[in-house]
Amino acid sequence: MNVPTLAELTAKGESPEILFWVGCAGSFDDRYKRVTKAFVKIMHALEIKFGVLGTEESCTGDPARRAGNEFLFQMQAMSNIQVLNGYGVKKIVTACPHCFNTLKNEYPELGGNYEVIHHATFLQQLINDGKIKLKDGHAFKGKKITFHDSCYLGRANNIYEAPREVLEALDADLVEMKRCRTTGLCCGAGGAQMFKDAEKGKKEINTERTEEALATGATTVAVACPFCMTMMTDGVKSKEKEAEVKVKDLAELIAEANGL
Amino acid sequence: MIQQVVFAIVLLGFSYFIARRIGLISKGIQLGKQTPLTGDSSSRWKNVLLIAFGQKKMFKRFIPAVLHFFIYAGFLIINLEVFEFIIDGLAGTHRFFAPYLGSIYPVLMNVFEFLAVAVLLSCVFFLIRRNVLKVPRFWSAEMTRWPRLDANTILVVEIVLMFAILTMNATDQLLQSRDAHYTATGSLFFSSFLMPVFENLEIGSLILVERFAWWFHIVGILGFALYVTYSKHLHIFMAFPNTYYARLEPKGQIHNMPVVTQEVKSMLGLAEASTTPPTEPGRFGAKDVNDLSRVNLMAAFSCTECGRCTSECPANLTGKKLSPRKIMMDTRDRVEEVIKNGGKLDDGKSLLGDYITKEEINACTSCNACVEACPVMINPLDIIIELRRYVAMEESGSPASWNSMFQNIETNFAPWKFASSDRFNWAKDQA
Repeated sequence: MNVPTLAELTAKGESPEILFWVGCAGSFDDRYKRVTKAFVKIMHALEIKFGVLGTEESCTGDPARRAGNEFLFQMQAMSNIQVLNGYGVKKIVTACPHCFNTLKNEYPELGGNYEVIHHATFLQQLINDGKIKLKDGHAFKGKKITFHDSCYLGRANNIYEAPREVLEALDADLVEMKRCRTTGLCCGAGGAQMFKDAEKGKKEINTERTEEALATGATTVAVACPFCMTMMTDGVKSKEKEAEVKVKDLAELIAEANGL
Repeated sequence: MIQQVVFAIVLLGFSYFIARRIGLISKGIQLGKQTPLTGDSSSRWKNVLLIAFGQKKMFKRFIPAVLHFFIYAGFLIINLEVFEFIIDGLAGTHRFFAPYLGSIYPVLMNVFEFLAVAVLLSCVFFLIRRNVLKVPRFWSAEMTRWPRLDANTILVVEIVLMFAILTMNATDQLLQSRDAHYTATGSLFFSSFLMPVFENLEIGSLILVERFAWWFHIVGILGFALYVTYSKHLHIFMAFPNTYYARLEPKGQIHNMPVVTQEVKSMLGLAEASTTPPTEPGRFGAKDVNDLSRVNLMAAFSCTECGRCTSECPANLTGKKLSPRKIMMDTRDRVEEVIKNGGKLDDGKSLLGDYITKEEINACTSCNACVEACPVMINPLDIIIELRRYVAMEESGSPASWNSMFQNIETNFAPWKFASSDRFNWAKDQA
């Protein structure tokens, strides 16, 4: 896969319009790497010029801040801002709502001002502009899909419609869970929960949410966040439904529907 | 004359105690840190108008919203009548506004009576919801005896007060027909149903009942106003400032700590020539109520313990100890305790530890469901993050897996244990 880094592009005297912020999950998590690649394929197919930071990228600090370690968060933020400002980055697209939220809302106060877009919105814009055209007879046409709202996209940043518009473009049968949009139930991994075991309780949060998703009868659970991806995939597995129900990211759905 | 003097004394007495409580509560809130207000005031006023005054967020749950709206409208409008009560009480007049308002007066009285009945029925329905239907959010763990009693007391007092108004109007109408001294109000629809109860009383008893109901209502209202300052019911006032001061930033944004920014900048050699002398950093995060912001503490006094936050909290729903409502109740209880101590915080207790445990704050997914659910824009997450900051930065007492996560970020620049040099390997993989 040919993905240019900002370092290479700068050496060639180019500066791409868009930085694709891959994020830690998108870089290291085997499942989410597939989302990263799906997104890159879409960008390549549309001949959108973009670059990544490659090994110069580093955690935004989101989990550190939410776990209370403000020092570590700000260390991360400031060094990232140095890199981003050094390359003169103006526009960032990311497939992680946590990175999105941090870059968009929390970096400006520390000197990092960029136009930050989550890939759900980015894909929606490409669809609206007629740049992404879906082929007829793809696998998701008329199939039941339910969308699981990521807290950091939804409540945190009021993005509810963009991911749904992407799914509607697939001409799928979009079914909503009982708790959706502003009342969407968390997958259980936000606020740095991804990085520790849950406290004692009577149920895992992702089990609760998976039951709700399965109750819709959807064969695809669409997500737009790496943590939701992990939690929902684990949930479906624990219910032994992984053969019938797939958990997929928006970018994967669009890429697959286009045979990319 | 004697009635007027007694009334003046009663009014002064209650005013004194209410003013004293207001003073104490405001001192309590001022234990918190002053934080700068960001954003424009027009958005803040819009929140006050839409969310506090217009009850926009209540209408997410329609039936309780309508009933609550009756009580709310009743409270606002019937209190206009209390104004007349006070004038009558001090001046020794009877229905002071009647001559000035002429034919509008009976219309107004009928509107008040309609609201009184609506309030009464709503309160009855709310009592049933709480105690018979047992709506779960009114019975969760933090709803111990006092919060449950508090809620029921408020509802019962409101029913009794509304009943007093209707009794007063019923006997008053009977008196009007027997004694020209009583200002004619015309027929009042709802209270006329009560007239048969008192019809056979002689005039002396009728006057007694009418006076008793009048006194009962006004003293009841004054007593209630004082009680409210000790109760969860304080939201009837605090909802307004609370929606004004509620943050306007996107919910996902956690507020910055400028003290840390300063230190981090100097560590990275980015420090600009310091214009301000280094200030004593104080405590990082919050251990006790004085480490929280005044907005946080005000929010605690605005909470009416409705539990919409807790009923939406993913941690609470799955049986964890965390309850956002409890975070707010504990914060208020601790402030009240400090007020009782005369403002002293060194009583060997603190918000974190004695009221809120680490187990609770660690369970939060920062999903903002509680913030979204709150009808008066309280933000329990803000307090949870401050407590976590204290635990992480002052105590290094975060859960072990979080400490490893911190270490991973420090050394590998990712929360997982992967070498940062491998970060770009995904592009090398076969598609």
